[in-house]
Amino acid sequence: MDALMNVGQGIFGGAWPAVWTLLKIVLIVAPLMLGVAYLTYFERKVIGYMQVRIGPNRVGPLGLIQPIADGLKLLLKEIVVPSGANKGIFIIAPMLAIAPALAAWAVIPFTDSLVLANIDASLLYIMAITSMGVYGIILSGWASNSKYAFLGAMRSAAQMVSYEVAMGFSLICVLMVSNSLNLVDIVNGQGEGRFAEFGLGFLSWNWLPLLPMFVVYLISGTAELNRAPFDLAEGESEIVAGFHVEYSGMAFALFFLAEYANMILVSALTSIMFLGGWLSPVGFLPDGIVWLLAKMSFVLFLFLWFRATFPRFRYDQLMRLGWKVFVPICLIWLLVVGVWMMSPLNIWK
Amino acid sequence: MDFQTFVFFFLAAILIFASLRVITARNPVHAVLHLILAFFTCGGIWALLQAEFLAIAIILVYAGAVMVLFLFVVMMLDINIDRIRQGFWNYLPLGAVLGLLMVLEMGLVLGSKYFQVPAADALVPAGVSNTKEIGALMFSEYVYPFELASLVLLVGMIAAIVLTYRGPKKSKNTNPNQQVFVKAKDRIRVLQMPVEKD
Repeated sequence: MDALMNVGQGIFGGAWPAVWTLLKIVLIVAPLMLGVAYLTYFERKVIGYMQVRIGPNRVGPLGLIQPIADGLKLLLKEIVVPSGANKGIFIIAPMLAIAPALAAWAVIPFTDSLVLANIDASLLYIMAITSMGVYGIILSGWASNSKYAFLGAMRSAAQMVSYEVAMGFSLICVLMVSNSLNLVDIVNGQGEGRFAEFGLGFLSWNWLPLLPMFVVYLISGTAELNRAPFDLAEGESEIVAGFHVEYSGMAFALFFLAEYANMILVSALTSIMFLGGWLSPVGFLPDGIVWLLAKMSFVLFLFLWFRATFPRFRYDQLMRLGWKVFVPICLIWLLVVGVWMMSPLNIWK
Repeated sequence: MDFQTFVFFFLAAILIFASLRVITARNPVHAVLHLILAFFTCGGIWALLQAEFLAIAIILVYAGAVMVLFLFVVMMLDINIDRIRQGFWNYLPLGAVLGLLMVLEMGLVLGSKYFQVPAADALVPAGVSNTKEIGALMFSEYVYPFELASLVLLVGMIAAIVLTYRGPKKSKNTNPNQQVFVKAKDRIRVLQMPVEKD
């Protein structure tokens, strides 16, 4: 590593820190984009098998080149701008959707040293950046000058704002027990405790003491992603495809990329906050990035499983679940955790 | 000019441009979008001043939540710009006085050195989390103003609900007691009318 640093310093001189950071960004974004491509393949395969079909199997062996072919097709298609559309905003909207989905990865720790920016308030940063993602959707709906797109955008905005509340509350519980806003500290805090001393680390992770919050976070995360069964924003049976109905080609692909990049992001966050991040579940196996990837894959599989299993929620049911079920649960559990931490039974010292 | 100064001027230029566009844009949606940009850039400038908690809070609360609802409302309004501009000259004196007051206040704050107000030492040593500092102050020294503010917010919330809540949904159950006493003439009216021909 030192040798690499010296060589870089020699070639780029004073600009080396900037070049090195750019290199690290590429090292995160490139596998992410590949992950997005193969997540779509994985989704089609998994749902296919759940519905007793085969899924994509024509392009390449086992259909493995299918996502590449899809991407190429979208790249070569024309981007049609509707005649009544507000052109500038119509073009900016997909960028606004994908930029937060990528920017949030800056503070995600892959191991305790492998992180682009280890900042103190990384949890807050994540919440702030992901809350910007809703603009891409609202603006695309408004700028398209189409009723279906506008309806989709309205639904999606209300849904994302509502579920952000429950999501924020469940994260507050996590930061209370970890006594830190730093994601690296949050994961390291989960590696301590009575069970971890016995070598049963997975019982020390936050999912067990904060089980209601884990469930609330996972479900709110699904809603925040506009994934089935909360995909009212694109409900194809009622409003065609919602906010991106007027988009074609690469502009549509950007929305698609943003949605799947966000899925991977939420799975990474769930793994870090509740499932112990890169920590190994049992004492005799070493910690490492492999565990984080395994946990992320598990959460991603859950998202696909939800999609294949549950029918779409009705709009009033969705709002009832967010405001009248999750928010009260969160408020009560917040109090429970507070009292728990002040009592002699406190397990987070 | 070091890098930090460059970043400050860059962000400041964007902030001034965005703020100007907020009041000059003809399309209200464009104005709201520029306001969001202004909040976001403002967060950047605060982060540059090492106030990372406030920087993130303004993006999270204003840009991420308040402005979403704002945009929501503005997009659905059908605003006639000519009618809004009608009273411009009548309101100008009042607006100018308010603007002058704000300039004066900002001058007092920014020129504190000139007015010989002892300036607070803003630099914090590295490793001090200002989230923790703000939290500690908020719940110790300023706990009563803080609780008062949250009470005001609660009142606002309840007021909004009271203003818009129209009572529970009317029950659609039938009352068998009333049904039993219904007579035919309450429900049906037989009319005598001559046959109509075209």
